[in-house]
Amino acid sequence: MAQHLKSSSSKSAFLNILKHKLGFVSPSHGARHLRQNLPHGPPSIGVSQNPISRLCNTMAEKLSGIGFHEDVNNQVMDFPGGRIAFTPEIQFISESNKERVPCYRVLDDNGQLITNSQFVQVSEEVAVKIYSDMVTLQIMDNIFYEAQRQGRLSFYATTIGEEAINIASAAALTPEDVIFPQYREPGVLLWRGFTLQEFANQCFGNKSDNGKGRQMPVHYGSNKLNYFTVSATIATQLPNAVGAAYSLKMDRKDACAVTFFGDGGSSEGDFHGALNFAAVMEAPVLFICRNNGWAISTPTSDQFRSDGVVVKGRAYGIRSIRVDGNDALAMYSALCEAREMAIREQRPILIEALTYRVGHHSTSDDSTRYRSADEIEWWSKARNPLSRFRTWIESNGWWRDEAESDLRCRIKKEMLEALRVAEKSEKPNLKEMFSDVYDVPPSNLREQELLVRQTIKSHPQDYPSDVPL
Amino acid sequence: MSAIIHGAGAATALSTFNPVDSKKLAAPCRTNLPARSKRYIVAGSDASKSFGSGLRASHSQKLIANAVATKTDTSATTGTGHELLLFEALQEGLEEEMDRDPHVCVMGEDVGHYGGSYKVTKGLADKFGDLRVLDTPICENAFTGMGIGAAMTGLRPVIEGMNMGFLLLAFNQISNNCGMLHYTSGGQFTIPVVIRGPGGVGRQLGAEHSQRLESYFQSIPGIQMVACSTPYNAKGLMKAAIRSENPVILFEHVLLYNLKEKIPDEEYICNLEEAEMVRPGEHITILTYSRMRYHVMQAAKTLVNKGYDPEVIDIRSLKPFDLYTIGNSVKKTHRVLIVEECMRTGGIGASLTAAINENFHDYLDAPVMCLSSQDVPTPYAGTLEEWTVVQPAQIVTAVEQLCQ
Repeated sequence: MAQHLKSSSSKSAFLNILKHKLGFVSPSHGARHLRQNLPHGPPSIGVSQNPISRLCNTMAEKLSGIGFHEDVNNQVMDFPGGRIAFTPEIQFISESNKERVPCYRVLDDNGQLITNSQFVQVSEEVAVKIYSDMVTLQIMDNIFYEAQRQGRLSFYATTIGEEAINIASAAALTPEDVIFPQYREPGVLLWRGFTLQEFANQCFGNKSDNGKGRQMPVHYGSNKLNYFTVSATIATQLPNAVGAAYSLKMDRKDACAVTFFGDGGSSEGDFHGALNFAAVMEAPVLFICRNNGWAISTPTSDQFRSDGVVVKGRAYGIRSIRVDGNDALAMYSALCEAREMAIREQRPILIEALTYRVGHHSTSDDSTRYRSADEIEWWSKARNPLSRFRTWIESNGWWRDEAESDLRCRIKKEMLEALRVAEKSEKPNLKEMFSDVYDVPPSNLREQELLVRQTIKSHPQDYPSDVPL
Repeated sequence: MSAIIHGAGAATALSTFNPVDSKKLAAPCRTNLPARSKRYIVAGSDASKSFGSGLRASHSQKLIANAVATKTDTSATTGTGHELLLFEALQEGLEEEMDRDPHVCVMGEDVGHYGGSYKVTKGLADKFGDLRVLDTPICENAFTGMGIGAAMTGLRPVIEGMNMGFLLLAFNQISNNCGMLHYTSGGQFTIPVVIRGPGGVGRQLGAEHSQRLESYFQSIPGIQMVACSTPYNAKGLMKAAIRSENPVILFEHVLLYNLKEKIPDEEYICNLEEAEMVRPGEHITILTYSRMRYHVMQAAKTLVNKGYDPEVIDIRSLKPFDLYTIGNSVKKTHRVLIVEECMRTGGIGASLTAAINENFHDYLDAPVMCLSSQDVPTPYAGTLEEWTVVQPAQIVTAVEQLCQ
């Protein structure tokens, strides 16, 4: 048994995983490559022949798989769950493989295309949009961060260093794919058309905010763009995404659910529940882990002892891949493949994107207290996802210095204007404090609103002037 | 012998129909109620005629209504209807809603092929398929989260907790996502889920399986809570909960699943925010819900014999409280006794006491009394378990005390 695990960690098996994109229409989906060393036989219990057939009762089919199977050398027996070969040797599966799972990348550190690399070709238009949006995201982050430091914003969390994950993954998806973000993925919204003004509105919580000013900054949400409102709790969006994928599966839509989380989020119970459920439900969901090395001040060495997050996929029967998160082209390619697999084969995919959190966890954090400024500097400059991708698009003749300075100048102006407008805007009406708790405000809430209004009337000087009544 | 008169309305199998025996009724009363209520003491038909409410007027010659579950006149007098057990009523409601709306789906442990641990989802997987009646692995937070995500994308999941106590594991999803996301998203996403399951103290199920989750959930903003107690309201509340746009938690009770009742053939739903008048009365308002309703009604029989006329209301809606019905009752009787299964501290009774004191203080002649379970984990030993739950004898004593 240990043998078959060793072989699957080798490079050839890894490439097989990558190549399992097309032409894999066999009903004994996906996991076959995991079982190649086991004797062939009837499919194991609990695995339906056809993922979509679960819309009817598959109990009969499952029951027929149970039972003893005569084997010539009596080295195999059916336990619940399938046929297992016996071994007379005591062999423990090692806690880790000798080699870590390799990381898929296409552009080297200098932005040069690696020879013989496999990637999904991207058009000039898309590539330029990917790059421009990364720049926009970077500028937006910097300006909002500074605004918070100046006291204009109450709170902010940057995505610096993870722009490629945000934008490139969004580029590989379609608008019908539903997104369940953690809180470091505003780039996906940006790609889909959320304007700088809309970002600013949410951060300032003014009356134009989709969320009606109820959530803290960076907790964006847009029904129109299929981006589910950020819930501050870690990893709770993972089971939500599985539910959405289940819904898409029931409707047989050509779309998948996509959810993001960090290395820290993979420790939460919801991560394990969600992955397990997604595998059992055969739900089309992409689990994208932004392994950026830090969960506030906790480094990954204190977060888990496995080889990152990618190896956890196998534990749940989920196909997984490790990607260089700072390589926009690799991210784009991997996501394209993953999305197609997820929908066509109705299965979950786990993607671990390795990256680095260049910024602080949020404006309430000072990361120099637990990591060296040199480390931050190095990742910010030498491993910058923007410069790598820029080199590549420039080498294709799709980008020039003037375009860069024009873009930066324009975005900066737009951002400052958006900030100004958002800051000046009126806040939502007091009644929004009580609406949307239920579909219709019940009597107790109406009563409570009256009480608040009465209090304000008797103490008008204590009430903020920019919140309309 | 209990002199119980009842006119219209069929009831559970426990109902008795006896003519008035005026000799027995004219027994001297032993209690002294203050002047305002004295007129109700004498158990004679004349008294009731002068002060009866509209409802009572129809029972003009009859003083004391049935001591057990009564439905309103409209429902069973039609004569048609079918008899079934409470869990079957729940299943019928669920099946009707699943037939009516293809977005309704069920998820939980062992709900599919096994038909649910209390058979509420029996037969549904055969009819609707494995995906629509989904058997999940064991992770309450995950499948509750799944239900919420599915609801946000347009489905109407009915999430079953095998025992309500297990939903403590789903507290994070219920509180932070289910209750909040409609609000924090600015109304962009609705979460029309129904979370249901059996709870309450059973017969020697052990402490962990005898929890009263309504205490813990009642504070969560954004959710509604209802508790069913009869086959009629079980089906009605199930259907209403599924149709509601808000997340609703439907509390069933482990010991009530085999209650039998005749329910109408025609389609009906119960209002989620309404309390049920079980037994109109004049002397005291007894507020209760779920299994305690039956202990109260049993105590009511005894009370009636002793000459009291309790008004029993099954509050049904645990969040929000039906203060309209409750208020009208308090204004009439001026005395309130709450009988609940929750623990003393922080239970539904505690909140209800506060709400009544705050809103109807002027109408009370005596402090609100609340009978609850003790603040102990439910013991396994049968005799001890019996005494953690409020017994009819205690209810009788409490009423006598309050009516002094």
